[in-house]
Amino acid sequence: MLEINNLHVKLEEEDKQILKGVNLTVEAGKVHAIMGPNGSGKSTLSYVLSGRDGYEVTDGSATLDGEDLLELEPEERAAAGLFLAFQYPVEIPGVGNMTFLRTAVNAQRKARGEEEISAADFLKLIRERAKALKIDADMLKRPVNVGFSGGEKKRNEILQMAMLEPKMCILDETDSGLDVDAMKLVSDGVNALRDEGRGFLVITHYQRLLDHIKPDVVHIMANGRIVKSGGPELALEVEHNGYADILAEVA
Amino acid sequence: MALPQLKQDATEARLSALSLPEGGWSSAARADALARVRAMGLPSRRDEYWKYTRPDTLVDADAPKAALFDAQEEPIFGEIDRLKIVFVDGVFDAAASDDLSLDGIEIERLATSAASDIHWAKDIYGVLEAKGQDPVERPLAALNTAFATDGILVHVKQTPSKPISLIYIHSDEGSDAILHHVIKVDSGASVTVLENGPAAARFNKCMEIDLADNATLHHVRAQGRDHERRAATHMFARLGTESVFKSFTLTANGVLTRNEVVIELTGDDAVAHVAGACVGDGDFHHDDTVFVTHDAVNCESRQVFKKVLRNGATGVFQGKILVKEGAQKTDGYQISQSLLLDDDSQFLAKPELEIYADDVACSHGSTSGAIDEEALFYLRSRGVPESDATDLLTLAFLAEAVEEIEDEALAEEIVSRLSEWLVRHRRS
Ligand SMILES: Nc1ncnc2c1ncn2[C@@H]1O[C@H](COP(=O)(O)OP(=O)(O)O)[C@@H](O)[C@H]1O
Ligand SMILES: [Mg+2]
Repeated sequence: MLEINNLHVKLEEEDKQILKGVNLTVEAGKVHAIMGPNGSGKSTLSYVLSGRDGYEVTDGSATLDGEDLLELEPEERAAAGLFLAFQYPVEIPGVGNMTFLRTAVNAQRKARGEEEISAADFLKLIRERAKALKIDADMLKRPVNVGFSGGEKKRNEILQMAMLEPKMCILDETDSGLDVDAMKLVSDGVNALRDEGRGFLVITHYQRLLDHIKPDVVHIMANGRIVKSGGPELALEVEHNGYADILAEVA
Repeated sequence: MALPQLKQDATEARLSALSLPEGGWSSAARADALARVRAMGLPSRRDEYWKYTRPDTLVDADAPKAALFDAQEEPIFGEIDRLKIVFVDGVFDAAASDDLSLDGIEIERLATSAASDIHWAKDIYGVLEAKGQDPVERPLAALNTAFATDGILVHVKQTPSKPISLIYIHSDEGSDAILHHVIKVDSGASVTVLENGPAAARFNKCMEIDLADNATLHHVRAQGRDHERRAATHMFARLGTESVFKSFTLTANGVLTRNEVVIELTGDDAVAHVAGACVGDGDFHHDDTVFVTHDAVNCESRQVFKKVLRNGATGVFQGKILVKEGAQKTDGYQISQSLLLDDDSQFLAKPELEIYADDVACSHGSTSGAIDEEALFYLRSRGVPESDATDLLTLAFLAEAVEEIEDEALAEEIVSRLSEWLVRHRRS
């Protein structure tokens, strides 16, 4: 589904190489996790895949179901089925959460040549999905992420994912800043979306999240590369021994 | 002090193109106003109060021509049940207007109002304007009082069943219109006044508003998007105890607009809100000049102005809150912000506070900024195309001003006009 080959990325503004040849394939129906020390390039990878400005791809490719992602505008990538749950969700004063989501759902439908969802159907759907994430009517009405707690912001990301039903979901440290209960809600939200047609790339520091969202493959990223891949046991190893051993091993 | 020769010449040139309407209860007020104009002289580029806006074309003897705008869209407020009063190039259009009668209120035209020397409007016409000349001169308003050819005189005794809607149509490329309205709202009554349309190639409009204790006035105005038109407007409002004044203006395009609002809170516990949303593209110049005087206890005033500017458009805000001695417990707020959609556009702001009471809460702020790139990317990452996302963020920026409109249907009308404008003026 998602195929990343030899991806090299530098910052546009300065001569700093951040990704130095990332290779990664996420198959449909699978959950891949990426772990790695701070600053290793995990967020950069997620941003480059979703099309944020400020990065320059100097080599390599990234495709979603064979389509060249790097050629597309961010909104086209979204319509093609890519979704990023942001590490730091953005606050948008003046834009109601519900309006925002309906605009997004309909924009994607339009881009794919589908009918817009009716206001009534949308309302029904969002109520049901918000309820599962314990997002109340007030949070839906408020401006996007404004005044939301850290945990509320992350749940809101998952709500967006649930409403947009993307093919390929990237979650960037969705677990950071969550207490145990919120972690459970978020994981349940993600698990509810697990489907044989859908791929997940879960970026996290902690084994804790992976107890809830069981990965098929775990990758370790360091210094702009995937340095080691393995099964779920790799996450346990990181949990117990930190990254030092693995990094020493591959050095 | 004698006026500078240039200013005096320009003033006399303008005056020579006008004739003073004769007779009736307003003649003394008109003569006084003419004397004020001669004493002050009409605005010129050198005047401090016109530092950011060139008054030349507002003062010239002849109005610069303005091409007629081929409006493909339905006029605003079409769905609202209202009493329509239509002026075409400043001339009352009886056929297009509704019957000027509505329960609870008296409406008369200035031009045909009783010839006798006695009229309720005498206590207001030119009176609030004259008062508003201090401490800052507003010569175009005095010119208006002297030479207004028509306008409406509204006495609201009881709350009417629907809004009064002033519709200004521009049909002559060279029209030069001067209208003067007076609105008096009695104690406990409430009225909504709507205004829309480009009015004329050049429009000088003055509205004087007298709110008795507990009276309420809601004013919503949509200045026409007829691009080459010019307008200088003044509102003078005097607020009694516990009265409420709320005014909102939408301005879309227009080569030159100067909207002055002068408010005097004279009774305790009164509330005055003035808000504006303007969107300008290209050779657009829009100036909001507001002066709020707190002269009573426990009054609240809010000024909320938002301007979206692109392709070299200019936005101006001059706003002042003056809190007089003894006007304790004043709550004054003022915000003016611009969203610059490119580097060519500019926003010039002069926010001022002058406070002579010690127990007050006043705040003011002014900012200029571009679209928030982080927010834009966030929206796009959810599939919202760049242009839609930009519009959404632009409307969000304008929201604080639009939210000042209390009536939901009117607010929705304004929002839909704004979104249509944004779609038409997208970067291609
Ligand atoms: N816009 C940017 N400007 C400067 N440095 C950046 C920028 N984006 C990323 N970096 C740098 O790139 C490296 C990788 O960052 P990031 O992708 O956020 O790592 P991670 O998510 O793994 O913690 C870090 O050294 C970070 O400081
Ligand atoms: Mg990160």
